[in-house]
Order: sequence, then C-alpha cells, then structure tokens
Amino acid sequence: MSESTMQSAFGYLTPLEIAFLDAAAERLIPTDELGPGAREAGVAVYIDRQLFSAWGTHGRNYRSGPWLEGTPEQGFQSRLTPQEIYRIGIREINDHCRAKYEKPFDQLPPDKQDEILKALEKNQVALPSLSSKLFFDLLWRNTEEGYFADPMYGGNRGKAGWKLIGFPGVPSGAYREHIDNPEPYRAEPVSILDVQLGQAQVDAQGFVKHVMLKQQGGK
Amino acid sequence: MKPVDAVVVGSGVVGSIMSMELANAGLKVLCLERGRMIDPQTDFVKPFVHDELKFDRHSDIFQNLSRETITFRNNTSQTALPMREMGSFKPGEMVGGTAAHWGGNARRFLPHDFELRTKIAERYGKDFFPEHATIQDWGVTWDEIEPYYDQFESIYGVGGKAGNLDGTIQPGGNPHEGPRSREYPNPATRRTPQGDIFAKAASELGYAPFQGPAAAMTRDYSNLYKVMMLECQRGGFCSSHVCAQGAKANPLSAVLPALYKQKNFELRPLCNVIKVNTDSTGKQATGVTYIDARGREVEQPAGIVVVATYFFNNTRLLLLSGIGKPYDPQTGRGVVGRNYSYQVGGRVHVFFDDREFNPFIGGGMANTSIDELNGDVADRAKLGFVGGAYVNTPSAGASPIKGKPVPHGTPRWGAEWKKAVAHNYRRSLGIHIHGSCMSYRQHYLDLDPTYKDANGLPLLRMTFDWHENEQKMLKWAYEKCVEIAKAMKPAHYHAAAIPMNYSIVPYQSTHNVGGVVMGTDPSTSVVNKYLQSWDVPNLFVVGGSAFPQNGAQGPTGTIGMLACWAADGIKEHYLKKPGPMM
Repeated sequence: MSESTMQSAFGYLTPLEIAFLDAAAERLIPTDELGPGAREAGVAVYIDRQLFSAWGTHGRNYRSGPWLEGTPEQGFQSRLTPQEIYRIGIREINDHCRAKYEKPFDQLPPDKQDEILKALEKNQVALPSLSSKLFFDLLWRNTEEGYFADPMYGGNRGKAGWKLIGFPGVPSGAYREHIDNPEPYRAEPVSILDVQLGQAQVDAQGFVKHVMLKQQGGK
Repeated sequence: MKPVDAVVVGSGVVGSIMSMELANAGLKVLCLERGRMIDPQTDFVKPFVHDELKFDRHSDIFQNLSRETITFRNNTSQTALPMREMGSFKPGEMVGGTAAHWGGNARRFLPHDFELRTKIAERYGKDFFPEHATIQDWGVTWDEIEPYYDQFESIYGVGGKAGNLDGTIQPGGNPHEGPRSREYPNPATRRTPQGDIFAKAASELGYAPFQGPAAAMTRDYSNLYKVMMLECQRGGFCSSHVCAQGAKANPLSAVLPALYKQKNFELRPLCNVIKVNTDSTGKQATGVTYIDARGREVEQPAGIVVVATYFFNNTRLLLLSGIGKPYDPQTGRGVVGRNYSYQVGGRVHVFFDDREFNPFIGGGMANTSIDELNGDVADRAKLGFVGGAYVNTPSAGASPIKGKPVPHGTPRWGAEWKKAVAHNYRRSLGIHIHGSCMSYRQHYLDLDPTYKDANGLPLLRMTFDWHENEQKMLKWAYEKCVEIAKAMKPAHYHAAAIPMNYSIVPYQSTHNVGGVVMGTDPSTSVVNKYLQSWDVPNLFVVGGSAFPQNGAQGPTGTIGMLACWAADGIKEHYLKKPGPMM
C-alpha cells in the first residue's frame, strides 16, 4: 500500500470511523490484479472532505418539516444529514458487529464483512436509528464518487479509477478531430488537480495536452 | 422603483430572447433573475468545468432547494412531501437559467404535435383518447410557427441536415420532420463510431437514420444577434455543465452578450419575483414585487409583464398572484396548474467484446437518431396508444461516475463489478428512447397546503404518475430498440425496466411542462395562442409551462420558438393595439 489514508488530514471523521470506511469501501471496490482498491485510492479521505463541505450538512437540501417517511417514489425524507448518517450509522453497525462477532467491522475477515454489507444493502440489519439500506446506499454512492471523481477531492489517488476504465480525465483539444475515428484513444489521465499543481501541459486554448499511451490492443 | 416598459421575470432561454427582442423594439426592458450574476469567461473556465462531481452531483448552479423546492405525490390520496434533494430533474438558478446547463438537444416538435387532439380524432376517431386524457391543440399551426423555429435556430446556431425542405424530402435528414423553410444554419455533427453501428443496424431494419440536430456549434458561428460562438471540441461535460468553450448555445453564450450592449436593457440578478401585481380591476398588471439580495421587498412598476421562468415558477407565480382560476382535478374546472406533463424515457444498453470505443469523446449533443417510432408514422390504431418516441445513440461524453453501465446480472459492487466496469466502459453504447407524455385530468400542479419556501410562501405541489398509455408506448419502443440492439450483434444487451410508478429519485429529464397552457379556449387554457393571459392582457407567460402535453423531442427548441413567437406578437400586434389579442 502506497500511503495509508490514516496519514491524511481529516476534518470530520474519527480514527474509528476511518478504520470502518477504509475496510468497508475496500470490500466494495477491492484491490485485485486490475489495480488498487478503494482504500488505497483514498475513498475515506474523499468521504471526509465531502462530509466537511456544505453537502455534509445537506446545505442545499430542503430541510423543513413536517418529516414524514413517505413512499420510495418521494425520495430522501430522513431528517439526518450525511454527517449524522455516517456518525450514527458506523457506531450502530459496529455495535451490531460486536454483538454478533465480538469485534468491530474493520477487524472482521473479508467474508464476514461482505456478509454484513449485503445484509445492510438488503435492509436486513435492524439498526436503532436509521434504515441500514439508507446507510449502505449512501456509502456505495460516495465510494463510487470517491473512486472516480477528480483526485482534487481526495479520492481517486493515482487516478486509480480512471486508469481502471481507460478514462483520460480532463479532455484534450485533440478530441474534435478524433470524434469519428474508431482508433482507441489511450492517454495518461490528466486531472484538474494536475493542472492546478502545474503538472500538466496546457495548450493556447486552455485544453490539456495528453501524453498518449502505447497501443496495447484490447485491455 | 422607476417604471419600465417591460419587466421580464427570468433570464433563461425565454427571458433572454424576449428581453432582446423587446429591447430591439425600443422598449425599456428590465430583466429580474433570482440567481446570481455569471460571467462565463471567469466562472466557467478550463479545466475546472470538467468536473463531474462539482457540476453534476453537488451543483451550485442548480436550484438551491434549501430555499425553495416543490412537493410531490403520485396521486391525491397521498400526502405530498418535499423534494429534499435534486433527482428527477435539475432546474437552474443563476443568470442564464436552466438552459445554461442544457445538453444542446435542439429538435423541433412535429406539425402533428401542435394539433394533436384534432389529428388523433381525425385519424382514429373521437373515442381513441386514453382514459382521462386532457390532450388539446396548442392554438397555433405549423405554418404559423415555422418561421420562429427558424429564428430560434439562427440564434442558437443549430447544426443539422434538413430532411424536409418545403415539402421535398432530402436525403440524409429526418424524413419525418415538418417542412422547413430553409436548411439548418450549421452543418450536422460528424457521426461517431457508435453512431455508425446504430445507423447500420437501424438501416438494416428499414429505418432512416440521421444526425440529430444540436445546438453546439459544428463550426465557428456568428448568430442572428452577431454573437460569435466557437466550434465544439467534443470534450463532453455538456448537460449539467456550462461550456467553457462557449460552443454550446445558451443564454450566456448566444444572447446575453448582445443584450448587455443595449442601453435600454437592465439585468438585475438576485431578485426573486414573488408576485405579479394587478390594479383594482384585476385586469391590468401594474408590475411585480420581488425580494432582493438583502431581503427587501421591492415593487417594480411596468407596462408589460413577461413571466419567463422555469415552468414550475410560471405556474406558482400565477397561483401566488391570484391570476387565473386554479385547476381543480375533482371538477376538471379551472386552468392554472392544469395539464402538467413530463416525458418518458428508456435505455437499451449494448455491450461488445470485439469493439472498443472512445466514450469520453463526444458531447455537443452528437447523436445518431431515427424518428419512425415518433409522431404518427406507425398506425396507432393497431398499437393502442397515442404518442411516440424518438430513438438515438448519443455520444455525450461518458463521465466516470455515472457513465459506466454494466451487463445485467453483474453484482452492484465488489470484485465482479470492478471487472465488469473495467471491461465495459469502453465497449458499450446506449440506445436511448425519448418518449412523449400526454396530459391527464389527475396530473396537475397547485399550492402545497403545508410546506413553505424560505420566504414563507407555499411551495408548488406536483401530483403525477405514469399512465398506462405511456407505459404501453414505452413497451413498444423497447421491443423495437431491442431489435436494433440484436442487429448490432453484441455480446450482451439489456433493456431497462418499465417503471410502474413515477419516482422523483433518479434523474430522468428536465423536460417538465404545462400548468400555464396556451390555447384558444379560456376554459382550457391560461394564455391565448400569443402566450397572453386571458385575464390580464398586459401579462405574457411564456415557456414550457405553455405546452398542453409533451412531445417526444427535447422541449428547449420549442420553448425558444415560443419566445420568438410571443415576442413577435407583442412587437407586431400588442404594441400597436394594446389589449386582448384574441
């Protein structure tokens, strides 16, 4: 592992919560022969930064009552903010794990962790304060975001997510001439962060210049 | 405040064009915009615009729901609850409005769409309408409005290939489109490899594929207002985003630069209009009341009031102002809030093992399309529904968070999912279905009895669900699109499920319409065919709110056309003889 997420600056999450998220996200997007998993990609760092942003308190959501449960078609109706969902949810899931296996989630073997994640997803874990599906869906949404969003948000470290799928990141000025070309366009991905840090070349129009990868046939 | 000749509420696709046209006619025009001022040269720059998380997930250019949202329920037996987070659609909140982040899909409706009730009754009989349908004619005909489509396309620099020039079918275009008076102002988009596959499969099955018209420049273009827009670079990040290249026509790139040069025009951002004021007779608008950035309530007198906001607020503003009789679904009487409609969509995902694409290259609404399932091409008597869909394979620029479909049966997460995503991101394409939606007696908008906005005013309440007619249409369109998918000889394909109930959760489209419907009968419309209020002749309410039901095409082209049409009505008729135009 190149760098532990624990060594990053965290604004909201506690060490126990980071341990939970590192473990859970790693099961959702595991490390394998295709590349790094969510832990190494910094998904927990991403989630922390999001929780510390306006989104973490649902700053742009409608937050007046009355709070009714509603139908699935009516969408999110919980009075809990993402900050609260993570804080309360992680505590209650760890309590559940301790009651069942005498260990918190992050100390369980991977197969047990998968079992718990699947149960959370199916809303089969009766947490005292919130639906386990609500927690899981948010965790999965944020894990996917953290793995594939621009590295400037703390996740997608080493552009792991973009390398996995062959996404070159910020578009180059060469795309226009390539639009009807069936040749695979393979480039070293460039992030917004790269441009901010002066680590990518930019043309006169402000488009990044991609460094092309050698053609290797099919992936 | 000093009186103005015309106050325009909203600076989006309608407000910008109407402000421009009325200012051109010499009126002193004030445009009030609830959102913040935008300078696209500094607010939307490379590379920061190429950020899926910022603009698509946590956008600050969409409506701030903490201040105002809508409430929603599927039917009147439920309690409507607030849409607490953005989902099904994404109204904008800034100078430039919702259109600033549109995708650029600039299609015209079909001639048939404007006389839908008449045409259906003529061909299939008066009893063919779906249960509770409140389908009606728009009050305008193709020949009347075609010049205004042409005008809008010359403002928005639409690129395409005519399929019907003055009644003569043209090769390479859409043979089913309404007759055009001239070619598109710009050439069509280039066909992508995904488009080639779609076109080949569709042709084999007897369809006539064409490049769908798009409002992202296919060459550097100086528009009707002498504003220059640069050729699209096909870097994606279009819908939900503002183009840093200024290549996607929208109020910020196509209209406002010319409008700012008009000395008789003023734009006042951060002014949220809460009421259209009328005199003691209730038959003359005196201006509007708005709340400014400091929270002060300000009265703005005006000779003409143009309400040109995203369709929700067109309806809400009339209800809050007590103008027009609110619609009552029990009796079917009343007009304001009547005929809310949406669009129904579907996708067939197609996966190949032996082909690889560059899915991130695209955007500017590059798409290859067919129109045979749309309008009235196939005999609806045999099919048992009204309406239809256009179908296309877009190359929109597949973004990494949301643009990675996997074959059916793939687990939602874990190692298998990871493998499937890695394999399929560059090996899939989509066949997208964009379907019409009729209006029905039980689908409507009114004021919510419980939930309020940040000013203490009632939120708009939406009551809407899918109707069997649209589900039948979608099922048929899926059958046809699966045939196309099979003809591509893919490794896998699957069709998304047909939804039972409408859900406000997943993004579908920002193509909501109705509520302030246009027409020729005051008992079934709020505004006449010139978009003029039947009750208050110096009030014009223009936008998607005027659609009596929704066609299959993206509505923005038709909304822009209506802005040109309404502005011309004011200039050519109303100003010469103020008063009811019908």
